[in-house]
Amino acid sequence: MGSGDGGEPMVVARGLGKTYRVATHRGGALGALRGLVDRSGRDVRAVDGVSFTVDRGEMVGYVGPNGAGKSTTIKMLTGILVPSDGEATVDGLVPWRQRKALAARIGVVFGQRSQLWWDLALVESLDLLRHVYRVPKDRFAINLAGLRDLLDLDPFLATPVRQLSLGQRMRGDLAAALLHDPAILYLDEPTIGLDVVAKARVREMLARLNRERGVTVLLTTHDLADVEHLCRRMIVIDRGRLLFDGAIDELRRRFGPHRTLVIDLEDGDPAPAAGPFCPGVDWVRADGPRRWLRFDRDAVPAADLIAAVAARHRVRDLTIEEPAIEDIVRRIYTEGMGTP
Amino acid sequence: MAPTESPPLPPIAGEEGLGGVGGLTTPVRLYLAVAQRSFRRHLAYRAATLAGLFTNAVFGVLIASVFTALYRSRATEGGGERIAGFDVAEMLVFVWVGQSLIMVLHLWGWWDVAQAVRSGDIVSDLMKPFDFYAYWLSRDLGRAACHVLVRFVPTMALGMLLTDLALPRSPLRWVAFAVSVLLGLLVAFAFRFMVNVSAFWLLDVRGVGYLAYSAVNFLSGFLIPLTFFPPWLRGIAEALPFRAMVMLPAEILLAKRPVAAALGVQLLWAVALTLLARAVLNRAIRKLTVQGG
Repeated sequence: MGSGDGGEPMVVARGLGKTYRVATHRGGALGALRGLVDRSGRDVRAVDGVSFTVDRGEMVGYVGPNGAGKSTTIKMLTGILVPSDGEATVDGLVPWRQRKALAARIGVVFGQRSQLWWDLALVESLDLLRHVYRVPKDRFAINLAGLRDLLDLDPFLATPVRQLSLGQRMRGDLAAALLHDPAILYLDEPTIGLDVVAKARVREMLARLNRERGVTVLLTTHDLADVEHLCRRMIVIDRGRLLFDGAIDELRRRFGPHRTLVIDLEDGDPAPAAGPFCPGVDWVRADGPRRWLRFDRDAVPAADLIAAVAARHRVRDLTIEEPAIEDIVRRIYTEGMGTP
Repeated sequence: MAPTESPPLPPIAGEEGLGGVGGLTTPVRLYLAVAQRSFRRHLAYRAATLAGLFTNAVFGVLIASVFTALYRSRATEGGGERIAGFDVAEMLVFVWVGQSLIMVLHLWGWWDVAQAVRSGDIVSDLMKPFDFYAYWLSRDLGRAACHVLVRFVPTMALGMLLTDLALPRSPLRWVAFAVSVLLGLLVAFAFRFMVNVSAFWLLDVRGVGYLAYSAVNFLSGFLIPLTFFPPWLRGIAEALPFRAMVMLPAEILLAKRPVAAALGVQLLWAVALTLLARAVLNRAIRKLTVQGG
């Protein structure tokens, strides 16, 4: 076999690309008939030469706006889509050539879909998967016990899936994707549509899953809070191209060099609403007694700045804000990779 | 709703019935497990079952009355007591067998795979290490088994209660009929599957679907026996696979045909349509994996 263990990365993608041919629509029945014969249309480059690796046990955020090519990439890495160019291996297998063999080694959860049988109790769907993946009975019992505990399934294990809340269903789907000990778990928008509490719960469970069971996770989402909570590394793509691949801290350093000092002033302090404070530091906003000072993280040490502000103004309280990942990524999308 | 303490794991019904020897599972056991869940799932639709039985009974009585009246008027005009090769008792059996088989064969109105294609749920089925066709066939066999129990048997019983049915007594004949229905189901499934899979190419599968399902209605012998057709139409109908669904099983039950020959025709159609349906599926999967669906 030569795969499944060893030091090679779990996922290797090299120059992966996918071009769709979108048929130009013609009107009427005649047009539809011509469409069957005449295959002309225009090409859409959904994924454009994407390269990255994911190591075993890593949890990586794969991020991009709608239509960026996230799902297309995941489809190629699960073998459901044949790339137009480039190559990839997942756990040592070429996904689109060894789809069935790979199927036994991956788990997939789509936030907007469910692989559970709607009318049956959750436990029945899970038991069916034992047969689908041919999990030995004792192994299945151990895995199910672990997942019941981790995902807190017991309260609704015997409930028909159609009666589950969205959060419960998501936990059920996570269990369904993990019963056969997959080497890698693809999560596509796992918190979509969940309320704040359920979202936090699912995130916490995913973090434990990765930490305690060592499952490699590729997390596709457009909710950057998911990535911020769960991943140390993220890959950003837009319009099919890879824009960033690295640690989230690195992303902050490179694309969000400014931090903000938020100050609450004593009454009557004359600090301005806007304008320079000193080189590299500017007043940027005011709201009542509150002021925002933006400063360059590399040029100005926070401690010095606080001392300087305290020397000139009467400060009641202050906090330092990091730029939100959300804002940084939005800037990358709109401004591209040029120096921000 | 949420219990304060964890309830014990509910037992999985029928687990031992599948021969839970050892820890290993085989493909056959997977498809059995699929069929079993499908069976149980359909068993749960009690209201739909009752409504369906009521409809079958109403239509059964209605069509039976029309035929009874037809035979009676023929008799008063001094005609023979057979029409198109059937006497009135046989015709009533034909009518009720047709009504009873509607849901066993699921003659029309099946869109499950087309819906999975449309919603994209099909992707998660294709990411499973099983045979997609065998998976859906197992689901359909489980469903059909349930419908034998909750639709075929009660509808036949109603037929016996509401009209004067002369059913054959030979157990062997019923065995041949059962085999014939199973083969008919394989043909019906392959056909329905192809109709559904056309969703890969068509924006809306319903147009093709309604056309295809009316063809089934008419050419399977469900509406009226094919022997009622004018010769040219009957020739066409007998060259097509649809008669394997209703006409041949009914003719086997009524001893209108040599059993082996009729089963042979059904078997040929079952094999041919299954191969064709699988070929269409492979084309569809290739389209999905290359063009992204």
